[in-house]
Amino acid sequence: MHIQEEYSERHVLSLMVTNEAGILARIAGLFTARGYNIDSLTVADITPDHAISRITIVTNGPPKVIDQIIAQLDRLVPVHKVTDLTANGPFVERELALVKVSGTGEDRIEALRLADVFRAKVVDTTIESFIFEITGTTDKIDNFVALMRQIGLVEVGRTGVVGLIRGKEPN
Amino acid sequence: MAEKSGADILVECLIDLGVEVVFGYPGGAVLPIYDALFDHPKIRHVLVRHEQGATHMAEGYARSTGKPGVVLVTSGPGATNAVTGITDALMDSIPMIVITGQVPTQLIGTDAFQEADTVGITRHCSKHNYLVKDPAKLASVVHEAFHIATTGRPGPVVIDIPKNVQIATAPYAPPLSFEHASYKPQTQADASAIATAVEMLAKAERPVFYTGGGVINSGPKASLLLRELAELTGAPVTSTLMGLGAFPASSPQWLGMLGMHGTYEANWAMNKADLIVCIGARFDDRVTGRLDAFSPNSKKIHIDIDRSSINKTVEVDLPIVADVGNALTDMITAWKTHGHKAADLSEWWARIEGWRARNSLAYPESREEIMPQEAIAELYRASKAAKDVIITTEVGQHQMWAAQHFGFEAPNKWLTSGGLGTMGYGFPAAIGAQVGNPDSLVVCVAGDASIQMNIQEMGTATQYRLPVKVLILNNEYMGMVRQWQELTYESRYSNSYSDSLPDFVKMAEAYGWTGIRIEGPQELAAGIAQMIDTPGPVIVDCRVAKLSNCFPMIPSGAAHTDMLLDPNQIAGIMSDEAKALV
Ligand SMILES: Cc1ncc(C[n+]2csc(CCOP(=O)(O)OP(=O)(O)O)c2C)c(N)n1
Ligand SMILES: [Mg+2]
Repeated sequence: MHIQEEYSERHVLSLMVTNEAGILARIAGLFTARGYNIDSLTVADITPDHAISRITIVTNGPPKVIDQIIAQLDRLVPVHKVTDLTANGPFVERELALVKVSGTGEDRIEALRLADVFRAKVVDTTIESFIFEITGTTDKIDNFVALMRQIGLVEVGRTGVVGLIRGKEPN
Repeated sequence: MAEKSGADILVECLIDLGVEVVFGYPGGAVLPIYDALFDHPKIRHVLVRHEQGATHMAEGYARSTGKPGVVLVTSGPGATNAVTGITDALMDSIPMIVITGQVPTQLIGTDAFQEADTVGITRHCSKHNYLVKDPAKLASVVHEAFHIATTGRPGPVVIDIPKNVQIATAPYAPPLSFEHASYKPQTQADASAIATAVEMLAKAERPVFYTGGGVINSGPKASLLLRELAELTGAPVTSTLMGLGAFPASSPQWLGMLGMHGTYEANWAMNKADLIVCIGARFDDRVTGRLDAFSPNSKKIHIDIDRSSINKTVEVDLPIVADVGNALTDMITAWKTHGHKAADLSEWWARIEGWRARNSLAYPESREEIMPQEAIAELYRASKAAKDVIITTEVGQHQMWAAQHFGFEAPNKWLTSGGLGTMGYGFPAAIGAQVGNPDSLVVCVAGDASIQMNIQEMGTATQYRLPVKVLILNNEYMGMVRQWQELTYESRYSNSYSDSLPDFVKMAEAYGWTGIRIEGPQELAAGIAQMIDTPGPVIVDCRVAKLSNCFPMIPSGAAHTDMLLDPNQIAGIMSDEAKALV
């Protein structure tokens, strides 16, 4: 007997939650407990009184499972609102990465050239290395990192995705 | 305002919230609370013998009275022992508050004596939980916890209180009514959805009401409304294990339970229906059988207070998020204002009667052995004279036989562990039900294996003079496990024989109970009558046929139409795909 895999699609979810102890464990644990996927998760409080946090989760699953994920998140007591950015019309998503590349001579020049194409900024430099700061969609960062890997990638740090709906209305 | 200790604040809150009984067990981390409860004039404390017992007692109390059950246990092992009952209450949507002691705040995280991460452990098996670090916040947490446990889809809420918070002081005034910032269960149905539902119902040619525990959770009024709507439409009614009693078994519109051990007529009606109205049930795998063959030609309406239950396993045509009682009220009003009349369902009923004629709950008669089904049937007959009867069960074949052969007429009289299937639930649940219903006849239908999982609670019944009756259908097997092994593993009975059973009659005597043994069919009626008539707690060791199987049965992963009706249909082997299902 073999275990079957199902078709899945990527969704960016934006949650408004009460900023209280254990909230992150509650959300992350729900995903593991029910077998849902987390591609990335970001969290920070966003109101002057620090009462509310926005959590952005990138997940993937079959459409039925995405609906379940939203319903399950929505019934957690400290969750105020869940928005499926992917399903709710146009939205902006960004991720930031720091990419450390080492190399000399032609490699160094090529790294700078590529960084320019990707609008990455140099935020640290030594004779033999750079750290680039790049923002963009997950795809764009993936591509940048893949190219840098050929030149002399040392390590990468990524923030995970944040996103907002386009236009003047809030979520 | 005069300040009170955290422990006193907690007790004040319980009184303000109308709590009369707490099921608990003391320990170092709850001593201040126990001191606040010492000789308390308003709150009765029932001392259990194991914390799991306390949780199931609270469940039994809650399910039979409609009030939330309250549990008080110490930190560490007290809290971990409560976890099974908390999970059980979550799965079966039982309102329960579990108060756990915790090591003092400055010791949290140091692996202190009897420290366990209670909020971490219970985070995903409770509806919500709290660690209270400030006595000034305790009152609002306790009031909020009761609100969350009892509203929306009910469930267990855990409040973890460090010992120093129980001792430190703060002012207390009962919080004024509050609106929760983020927790707002939707209780009223969308009016247009109700109108559509009623249209669909009026037009249906082969409708079925598929009801569940949500009808009971909504309160006794919902059961009356269900009866009214069923009468108005003339449609047949079936129910899950958890919903038994919401619709009277004596009604001609009653099809019996559906699902894995449901009746032939209930499962075939689901399969051939053109409209399923699911009311407070959740398309559990024990109900649906093979999903792609589940009720293939019906439109489906699903009424549930929990949006996440809708479209979870079965996709429905019309979701209605609402409290069942409210939705039923609205549907009845809409039905009447549109002047709908019950459609002519005679053709549909004729087919149902055809399935009913298979008499799927029939069982072989025996003069030598007590058939376990017959023991339940006798209990049903004998208990009819009692003013009020509450039946609890353990988990296994006896549970299914009780569901099949005992006819329930009213809600809150049938207490069983459905979602989690917890052996060890039934006996403490009976004790809790008896605490809440001192004048009722409370009978726990048990199996020889299950009863041993919380048998220590016999002492609790003795101590509080609770006249519970425990009817053990003793087949000397973990019968349900043995049945599956017979079906799936060519009768290799690996570790399912109940060896070294205690002498239950002597055990009864040891605890100051009455013990009765029933050994043959001739003794059955007299033995059960004696059990009912004997004052005080009674344990009955009823020796039943050892190898009976529970039928009908839909093997897991099979369709409703692939139901097995008798032992001759058992194959003894199964495909790996079927074996992999629970
Ligand atoms: C705590 C727990 N452990 C294991 C099981 C698995 N299980 C389900 S039924 C059953 C056997 C029950 O035997 P008994 O109480 O004698 O009831 P019978 O089926 O014989 O009526 C077992 C082991 C369970 N449901 N709960
Ligand atoms: Mg048994």
